[in-house]
Amino acid sequence: MSIFINKHSRVIVQGMTGSEGTKHTRRMLASGTVVVGGVTPGKGGQVIDIDGHQLPVFNTVAEAVAATQANVSVVFVPPKFAKAAVVDAIDAAVPLVVVITEGIPVHDTAAFFAYSQSKGTTRIIGPNCPGLITPGESNVGIIPSDITGTGPIGLVSKSGTLTYQMMYELRDIGFTTAVGIGGDPIIGTTHIDCLRAFQDDPDTKAIVMIGEIGGDAEERAAAFISEYVTKPVVGYVAGFTAPEGKTMGHAGAIVSGSSGTAQGKKDALEAAGVQVGKTPSESARLMRALLSR
Amino acid sequence: MDLFEYQARDLFEKHGVPVLAGAVATTPEEAEAAARGMGGKVVVKAQVKVGGRGKAGGVKLAENAQDAREKSAAILGMDIKGHIVGKVMIAQAAPIAEEYYLAILLDRSNRTFLVMASVAGGMDIEQVAHEAPEKLVKVPVNSNDGLSKSAAIKIINDAKFPADIADQVADALVLLWGVFVSEDATLVEVNPLVKTTDGRIIALDGKVTLDDNAGFRHPDHEALVDASATNALEAAAKEKDLNYVKLDGEVGIIGNGAGLVMSTLDVVAYAGEQFGGVKPANFLDIGGGASAQVMADGLSIILGDKDVKSVFVNVFGGITSCDAVANGIIQALEILGDKAKKPIVVRLDGNNVLEGRRILDEAAHPLIQQLDTMDGAAARAAELAAK
Repeated sequence: MSIFINKHSRVIVQGMTGSEGTKHTRRMLASGTVVVGGVTPGKGGQVIDIDGHQLPVFNTVAEAVAATQANVSVVFVPPKFAKAAVVDAIDAAVPLVVVITEGIPVHDTAAFFAYSQSKGTTRIIGPNCPGLITPGESNVGIIPSDITGTGPIGLVSKSGTLTYQMMYELRDIGFTTAVGIGGDPIIGTTHIDCLRAFQDDPDTKAIVMIGEIGGDAEERAAAFISEYVTKPVVGYVAGFTAPEGKTMGHAGAIVSGSSGTAQGKKDALEAAGVQVGKTPSESARLMRALLSR
Repeated sequence: MDLFEYQARDLFEKHGVPVLAGAVATTPEEAEAAARGMGGKVVVKAQVKVGGRGKAGGVKLAENAQDAREKSAAILGMDIKGHIVGKVMIAQAAPIAEEYYLAILLDRSNRTFLVMASVAGGMDIEQVAHEAPEKLVKVPVNSNDGLSKSAAIKIINDAKFPADIADQVADALVLLWGVFVSEDATLVEVNPLVKTTDGRIIALDGKVTLDDNAGFRHPDHEALVDASATNALEAAAKEKDLNYVKLDGEVGIIGNGAGLVMSTLDVVAYAGEQFGGVKPANFLDIGGGASAQVMADGLSIILGDKDVKSVFVNVFGGITSCDAVANGIIQALEILGDKAKKPIVVRLDGNNVLEGRRILDEAAHPLIQQLDTMDGAAARAAELAAK
């Protein structure tokens, strides 16, 4: 079992004909993902050969879904066109849309997120995220597929490279699904959504949650854990040394006044019974100890 | 990007929000000329991006142009909570009857926009929210619905604004929504919004934050950047498209991915506790595709920081393989030549790590030390910086 994606996921790539889109389509195919086509407005009708896979290109997501029965879309289009691309996918009622694009204006994200909520048929992951992987079954986005294999841990993280680091630290144990939810101020899928899904997934035995400064998502996740999650959770929070008022790489990673600090997040998680490591390695050790009990 | 008050005033004016005449001055002479142009009493206001300037003496009423010159001379150069005042705004004085509060902001928790309104303006709104929450009305606004006049009237009535000015305030709120949307702002706050003794509604002080990601559709926003506040190293990094933030420590940091770099700063600071409180000198994320040139640009910025005593390169090879990163480091050192003098601790892990480590071992560069773990490498970098 897994969350959000599995071997039945049929993936279309919005922006497949662009350089990033092509590069990552190749990597997704190589890791066994069922990629069934791409969408680039104005390039419909073409067929692109990627490592021997003949992939049809469509003008709209609706056409792509009708022709391929796709149930996942991954978005690699530049920030300027991202809102239109996501709205196109929502209009086609694609159940899962994974937005990798970094640098989307937050007004655009607010608009497509509100639109997805009003339609009620699409889950958005991201934007500004590495995507998600169910090792051995499906890999949607840019997470390297060869770090580790399948196992009992579920992982949810705002950060891409910290996701990779944690998967690597625990590579001998393996993961059900690892989800990078992204570092923007508004994201489609939260820590809480993933925690709920992992709690309900029978194969996930324990959960790693990686947070970072900015907003109050980790504090809310902590409250949710107290209330709903019975599986063991290990946490890690990045950004203890970040000064107030400076954005740390991610648009959402900013401490303003006393809100959004790493210490506040760590305290909230610990109060909810989550063991929080001081470094990624320590969090990995805590997880290892939990699973060997 | 946070704007200065005078920049917010200008944006308000551009979108029809009622404001008073205002001009920015960087010298007492300019202040005097601006005050003379306005005539009568003016208010001299320090332009700093921090709250509490009034209490700190950064806002003064001036009786005339000569007085405005003297008040400006006193305020310019003042240190307000670590912010040195480089500009003052000369604003027309207004006879104030009442002070109110209006704001529109991005509500991250609820993933929507929020309008806030209160008749208890002029003071710290967080204090109002804390002490008298019933006086602060908060209403979520869906991005796709926008804010209609009728919705604005309902908010203003719910916030118990006096009936005689409710319509004017609702008009101002709709205009502020226009600023918020058309300028891609994440915060538009007016505190205070005043009613003058002759019954006019005016935005007297404004705070605006603009979304840097939306710069592509606002070429005019570039001119709002405060160049004086940008550190020279940050400016150099920006020119190279590097994501760099200067900090006040001694260990230069290069890593890939925002989360991993933030984590690296923390791990170095922990390790530094064992070595006399050594701290990270910067945040630098070279991103996923760390080419030799990007590595050289990054190293050159960091080695150019006189505070840096040692460098920690912390890379997890995800998409980029470690052998490419290792080659990038070696080539970067060749490009930099004699300019590179400080010890560089490298930790590589992930994709093709063994080959990456082999390349660095074989190069046997005198400045490079390799460690296998992030924690161990952080400790070594801190130790080298403490020497």
